[in-house]
Amino acid sequence: MLQKIYDWIDERIDLQPIWRDIADHEVPEHVNPAHHFSAFVYCFGGLTFFVVVIQILSGMFLTMYYVPDIENAWRSVYYLQTEVAHAQIVRGMHHWGASVTVVMLLLHTLRVFFQGAYKKPRELNWMVGVLLFFVILGLGFTGYLLPWDNKAFFATQVGLEMAQQVPFIGDQLKILLAGDASIVGAQTLTRFFAIHVFFLPAALFALLAVHFIMIRRQGISGPL
Amino acid sequence: MQRGKGMKFVGDSRIKQGPTVSRIPKDYSEYPGRTEAFWPNFLLKEWLAGAVFLIGFLILTLAHPSPLEGLADPTDAAYIPLPDWYFLFLYELLKYEFASGTYIILGMLGIPGLAFGALLLAPFLDNGPGRRPHQRPIAVGMMLLGLVSVIWLTYSSSAAVDWEGRAEANKPVPPSEEADVVIDTEHPGYAAYETSCLACHGAELEGTAAPALYGPDFDYTAEEIADISVNGTGAMPPDQFTGTDEELEQLTEFILSVNESIE
Repeated sequence: MLQKIYDWIDERIDLQPIWRDIADHEVPEHVNPAHHFSAFVYCFGGLTFFVVVIQILSGMFLTMYYVPDIENAWRSVYYLQTEVAHAQIVRGMHHWGASVTVVMLLLHTLRVFFQGAYKKPRELNWMVGVLLFFVILGLGFTGYLLPWDNKAFFATQVGLEMAQQVPFIGDQLKILLAGDASIVGAQTLTRFFAIHVFFLPAALFALLAVHFIMIRRQGISGPL
Repeated sequence: MQRGKGMKFVGDSRIKQGPTVSRIPKDYSEYPGRTEAFWPNFLLKEWLAGAVFLIGFLILTLAHPSPLEGLADPTDAAYIPLPDWYFLFLYELLKYEFASGTYIILGMLGIPGLAFGALLLAPFLDNGPGRRPHQRPIAVGMMLLGLVSVIWLTYSSSAAVDWEGRAEANKPVPPSEEADVVIDTEHPGYAAYETSCLACHGAELEGTAAPALYGPDFDYTAEEIADISVNGTGAMPPDQFTGTDEELEQLTEFILSVNESIE
C-alpha cells in the first residue's frame, strides 16, 4: 500500500532525486564513532540541531498557553508551571534547552575551529555558522524577558540601556526593541515576543537551510 | 585515486586540488572501504545516540524545574539585575575600569565586537593552508586566550552571586495571595487597626512581623478575631488591643471588610 502511494507520487513528481539529495551519501570513516571513538566530537553539530528542534517543538506548545501581555504573561507562565499537566516538563525543556543549545553550539564551534575545518573552501559555511551563533544568542536574550518575572524585567532593562549607548543609532535601536524611549513595558514585551517567535526563528531557519545545503554540497572536512 | 599511505587531502576528503574541482558529492560506489551509508545504517546509530542524549536531557529537566521569580515589579529599586549565564561574561567585563564609565563603548562594543568580528572573519584572518593546530599558533592562541577570558569572566561573575539566596528571596507569589487590597482609611475601625495592629500586620494587612490578615490561611469569624485581638494566639501576645468594646467591634468589622473586598 505504502509502496503504491510512493510509486503514484514518484511517477508524477520524481521523488528519488529529492530523497537521494538528502539521505543518500556515505559517511566517511574518520567521522564515524563506531570506528574511532574520538570522532564523537563530530556529533556536536547534530546534537545542536537536535536541541534546536526540541526548542521549536516545546516553544510551539508553550505558545498554546503563554499570553504576551504584561498583565497576564507572568500569570500564564505561573499557571503553566503549577496547573497544566506536564507543562512544567515542557517549559523545563524549553528553559534548559536554551542553555544546552548554547553549550552544544560552543562545543561545535570549538571543534570546527580547532580542526581548522573552516579553511578553504568552507569559509562561507563558517560565517553562516557564526551568524547562527548570534541568532541563537538573540533568541536567548529575547526569550529571557517573556516570563515577565523580576529577573527578566531587570536584565532586559540593563540590556536596553546598553543598546541605547551604541553610538549614533543607540536611541533608535532602543525604541525599535523596546517600543518606547524610556518605558520597558507592554510594548517591549510584545516586541520581544514577536522577535523571539517570528523574526529570529525565520532568520534561524533560513541560515540553517544554507548551513545544511552547503555541508551537503561540500561534504564534511577530511581528517587532520 | 590514491588511498592509504600517501593519500592526499587538500583540507577535505572530497574536493580535489586543481581547476577541475567538482562540487557534486560522488556516488556510493566511489567510496570503497570503511565508509558507511548514511541511510539507514548511520542514521540508526545517530538515532540511538540522540535517544541517550534525550534521556539525559529529560532527567535534567525533571530534576530541576525551571525557575520562575515573582511578577516583575518595576518599582523594586533594590533588585540587582542579572542576565542569563551565557551573557555573564559580557556583564562582568563591564565592571572593569577600562570597560566602563567613559570607556563604556570600548567595553560594550569595542572588545566584544573585536572578538566576535574576528570569530566571524576567522577563515580570512587565518588563511594559511595548514589545518592542524600547531600549524596556526596565532589563531589557536587567540582562541584559547578568548576562551580562558570568557570562562574566567563567567566564573568570577557567578562566584560573587548568592544563587540560593536570590532564588529564596524572589520566590513567586501565587496570584491569589497577592490580591489587590483596598484599605478604606475612612472606615471607623481603621483608627483602632492603626494604633493596635499596623506595627506588626502591615499598613495593608499584608503581614510583616506577624502573618497577613487575609488569604487562604486567614479563616476566622468576627468573634475569633475579637478574641485574638484581646487574648492573643500562638506567637501573638495578649492585650494588643486595649480599647473599648465598641472599638473592638469596629476593628473586627474593618478586618472582615478588607477580606470581603478581596473575595
